This record gives sequence, structure tokens and C-alpha cells, in this order.
Amino acid sequence: MATIQPIAGMNEQHPDVALVDRVRGGDVSAYDELVRKYERQVFRIAQHITQNREDAQDVVQDAFLKAYEKLDQFQGNSKFYTWLVRIAVNESLMRLRRRRTGKMVSIDEDVETEEGSVPRDLADWALDPEQEYSRAELNRILRKTIKGLPPGFRVVFELRDIQGLSTEDTAEALSLSVPAVKSRLLRARLQLRERLTRYFRRKKGVEK
Amino acid sequence: MTCSEFLALLDDMIDVPELRADLQDHLDCCEHCEVTLNTTRKTIEIYRSHQIYDMPPSLRERLHAAIMARCRKGC
Repeated sequence: MATIQPIAGMNEQHPDVALVDRVRGGDVSAYDELVRKYERQVFRIAQHITQNREDAQDVVQDAFLKAYEKLDQFQGNSKFYTWLVRIAVNESLMRLRRRRTGKMVSIDEDVETEEGSVPRDLADWALDPEQEYSRAELNRILRKTIKGLPPGFRVVFELRDIQGLSTEDTAEALSLSVPAVKSRLLRARLQLRERLTRYFRRKKGVEK
Repeated sequence: MTCSEFLALLDDMIDVPELRADLQDHLDCCEHCEVTLNTTRKTIEIYRSHQIYDMPPSLRERLHAAIMARCRKGC
């Protein structure tokens, strides 16, 4: 799985910087590389927020086109991917608003969900959910489970735990504070765990 | 250490293979927190190993071609 590599040292240049410089110099093939590198991650972010496949496809297209148009505004002091995520999140929220006929949708709403962050279901899981369910069934369960979380939780979980961004980069990409990212991540993890336990709990009488 | 104190540090423990001694002491005598930590780790692992929103290659190619065609025209 592709994850976003952190910069190795403070003085070491992120490989995207050279690609961005080439695009600025008129080399469109360098942008081709950037699109190939990040299109799947951007699609997943868009899908998490919009929960709609067509909208997610449109977001990928619009986000990359907008980033290309605005590349002059990209400041080298943030990472290209962090900047791209911010564009993709804004495009996703716009699509979501359109579907909800103008209702405000924001990533920085701190939503109180019914589960809170205190684990209630303390059952351990069956040894291996992969053996209990087919891959298609598991995918359905995982999609249904994460869909129940607020958009801001879903996208923080995706960026931190799936794509491997640092807390600081996630905060920058989502225009959130570091404590807000930490708080959402903890609640997202615990709520997903709680919801998955309903499916994966060890049946009574089954030995470890 | 109480369970609440332990849970407040859950995020810091997720990616750390070796726990601090006081955290390990709590885990050794608290099955609830042990289950919570283990199943939270499994939650992350299972989402990492199942790309639930992966783009099919055909869609990826089509989208990619559309983006690059527009960029070449100057958007």
C-alpha cells in the first residue's frame, strides 16, 4: 500500500518539490507523475466525505485541475500532498453541500456522537474475522461501519491511520488544530472498534 | 493507574510495540483495557488491509487521461 513518506531530514528536499518545479517550468509530464502518485488517495478522501462514487470521481478531477491552475499559489513551506488534500476536502464538502441542498457541512464541527469515547462493548474478537467472513462481506461491513461516523472523523482516520500522515500534516491539511486531530482520531478509532465488535465478537463457549 | 488514564494514552500506545512499564502493569491486571487496546489495533489493521474505496484500474486510467488532457489544454 502506498503511504505518504515523511521527509527524512530537515534539510532533505521532498521529491515532490522537484516535480512541482518542473510543472511550473512547463513540464506537464511531471504533473502526470504527481497525479499518478496521489489520485487513489484523493479518491479515498473524497469517497469518505461524499459517500458517493460519482461525486468522488468528480472531486478527483476537479481537485487535480484546480491544483494545476493554482500551482503558483502553492507555498514551498507546506508539502504538495497536504496542500492537495486541502483542495480535495474543500471540493468534497462543496459536493456534499450541493447534495444536501445548501446545508452547511464542515469538517471542523466537533460532533458529539452517541458512543462518546468510553468503550462499552468489551468483548474480545473472534480469532480471525478474515476466516469468518468473505472478503466481499468484510468490505461491506467495513464500509457500513465507517459510514456511521461523522465526515470529520472518517477523514482524520483515513489520513492518519490508513495513509500514514503525521498528526501535524493532517492538522494542516484539514485546517484543524493538533489537539483536535488527536481527539477525533481517538474517538474514530474507539467508535470503529466498538461498532466492529458487534460483528467480530467471540461467540460464547469458543475457546481462545 | 485507572482505566480512564490508560485510555487517554491509547493513541500513543497504538504504534508502540513496547509499552511503558506503568502501562504494561495496568494491562497485566486489567482485561478490559487489554481487550480495548488489542481490538483497537486490529480495527486499524483490518482497515489498512482492506482498501474499501479503491479505484478500479479502468476508472483510474479514464480519470487520469481526462485530467491530463485538460491540463495539456491549459485547463
